[in-house]
Amino acid sequence: MSHGIVQLAYLVATVLFIFALHWMNTPATARKAVYAGVVAMAIAIIATWAQPEVVHHGWIILAIIAGFIVGVPLSRVPLTAVPQRTALSHAFGGLAAGLVGTAKYYLWVSEGPENLTVFRMIAIIVEVVLGFLTFTGSLMAAGKLQEVKWIPQRPVTYPFQNVSNLGLLAAALLIGGLLTMHPAAEWAPRLFPVIIALALAFGVLLIIPIGGADMPTVIAILNSYAGLAAVAMGFVLDNKLLITAGALDGSSGLILAIIMCRAMNRSFTNVLFGAFGQTQQAKAGGDQKEYKSETIEGGAQVLEQANLVVIVPGYGMAVAQAQHKVRELYDQLKKRGVTVKFAIHPVAGRMPGHMNVLLAEADIPYTDLVEMDEINPEMPQADVALVVGANDVVNPAARSDKGSPIYGMPIIDADKARTVFAIKRSKNPGFAGIDNELYFSERTWMLFGDAKNVVGELVKQLAGAAGGH
Amino acid sequence: MNQPLDFWSMMFVFVLASFIGVGVIRRVSRLLHTPLMSITNAISAIAVVGSIIVTGADYPREIRIMGAIALFASMTNIVSGFLITDRMLKMFKSERKPGSDGRP
Repeated sequence: MSHGIVQLAYLVATVLFIFALHWMNTPATARKAVYAGVVAMAIAIIATWAQPEVVHHGWIILAIIAGFIVGVPLSRVPLTAVPQRTALSHAFGGLAAGLVGTAKYYLWVSEGPENLTVFRMIAIIVEVVLGFLTFTGSLMAAGKLQEVKWIPQRPVTYPFQNVSNLGLLAAALLIGGLLTMHPAAEWAPRLFPVIIALALAFGVLLIIPIGGADMPTVIAILNSYAGLAAVAMGFVLDNKLLITAGALDGSSGLILAIIMCRAMNRSFTNVLFGAFGQTQQAKAGGDQKEYKSETIEGGAQVLEQANLVVIVPGYGMAVAQAQHKVRELYDQLKKRGVTVKFAIHPVAGRMPGHMNVLLAEADIPYTDLVEMDEINPEMPQADVALVVGANDVVNPAARSDKGSPIYGMPIIDADKARTVFAIKRSKNPGFAGIDNELYFSERTWMLFGDAKNVVGELVKQLAGAAGGH
Repeated sequence: MNQPLDFWSMMFVFVLASFIGVGVIRRVSRLLHTPLMSITNAISAIAVVGSIIVTGADYPREIRIMGAIALFASMTNIVSGFLITDRMLKMFKSERKPGSDGRP
């Protein structure tokens, strides 16, 4: 295929990718986005494969088949495992970028050092560092999300952590600078693996101090890194399709990360280097306050008589796989003419939009999923706020307690509802280890137990009452 | 080779594409942030283009092995990324089908 045709194909693919993201605007057009993306990718692959320099086809076919064998099962994971899958795919993206950069470097060192201009070397080093740190960082994030045993869930901190991490990065950049000046020196091919090793180590150390509640931001940042690694690959290979597609991915990750940070009232540096969740452990377990608990029967009665019920889902709902029971509750209440809405906090769950997907899976129409900013003005009119597995995102301490680590974080005003029911697994504080003032409010009654069981019992109670009439 | 020229044209492409990305993605519905992430995953697996060349060209064996692993990783992302995005998007419905009240 001639150069012109290949470039034309790449241009068409670029346009299709942009349309794909544009169609993600609304659920009505979103499925078109997938088709556009698939067509664009197929065009790009065929155009590349048909180039005259591609002479060996066996390994390409094998690698593509292997990609299908692993990729299809990965796309069938339960939706509660989507954050892990996403982190894992960032790891794959980072690995691919790192390997291609490394391969290109060794190729040019042996067969054409004149290709290793200063600019190319910088691009290669950026690609390799970003690629490999995204690889191990995302593997760590996936491990934390999957709750793999030997990866600590709680943030791990040690003295001089940030200093030593940044020292590591500085060392990698220093070696990178050295290689950029003398890419073809006799010692250079032996120094190159050191950069790879430092990037791999940096990725692990970057994620170790980050707790589960910060995962939405971290996943978004890793998404951005994976995109930027693809951009750097585009610079190395002089390929504008890689640059555009990588830039689209990079900006998407960046925007999501900004949205997540705003939703927690925190900065990037604070998320990455703040070791959230460490300082509050000492505070928890201070003065013991009393919970008021409510029975299933009582809870069902109040729900039944409400006009407007707002359900606030959180990560606990995902853990308990309670979304289908929540749907049954939604059905029971709707049948009685109760208006039911879901209040979705941007950082509820472990990745951006996590709750929306789970509730959509349970067949709840997306028109009843309401964003935080839109539901908050309605909260005082709500008769019942039912908190299912959410914790920090409804903690009024974020508004009032300047000493609280979550102070300033925008929250869903569950406490303004006339009655609050909070379902909670145990009397322990939540993931971040912070006491939730909401639970001790005079309007709040606790329903202790596994979210799935409690909601299931409420449904049974409501269904039984309906049958008894 | 006119490297500096290439560099600047690539820089222009990068900066302009980033602006398009920001403009387009800001308008994506918050409902769809999870599928957005999985579709951008698949799109950024465009690294497949670089991997195909490294795997298939007449290069030394070790280099082609790295290319093949990169190609496998990218292909996995393409396949699983698009499939899971479609699977999630199918679930978003504006209203319930009549008669689907109660159990699935």
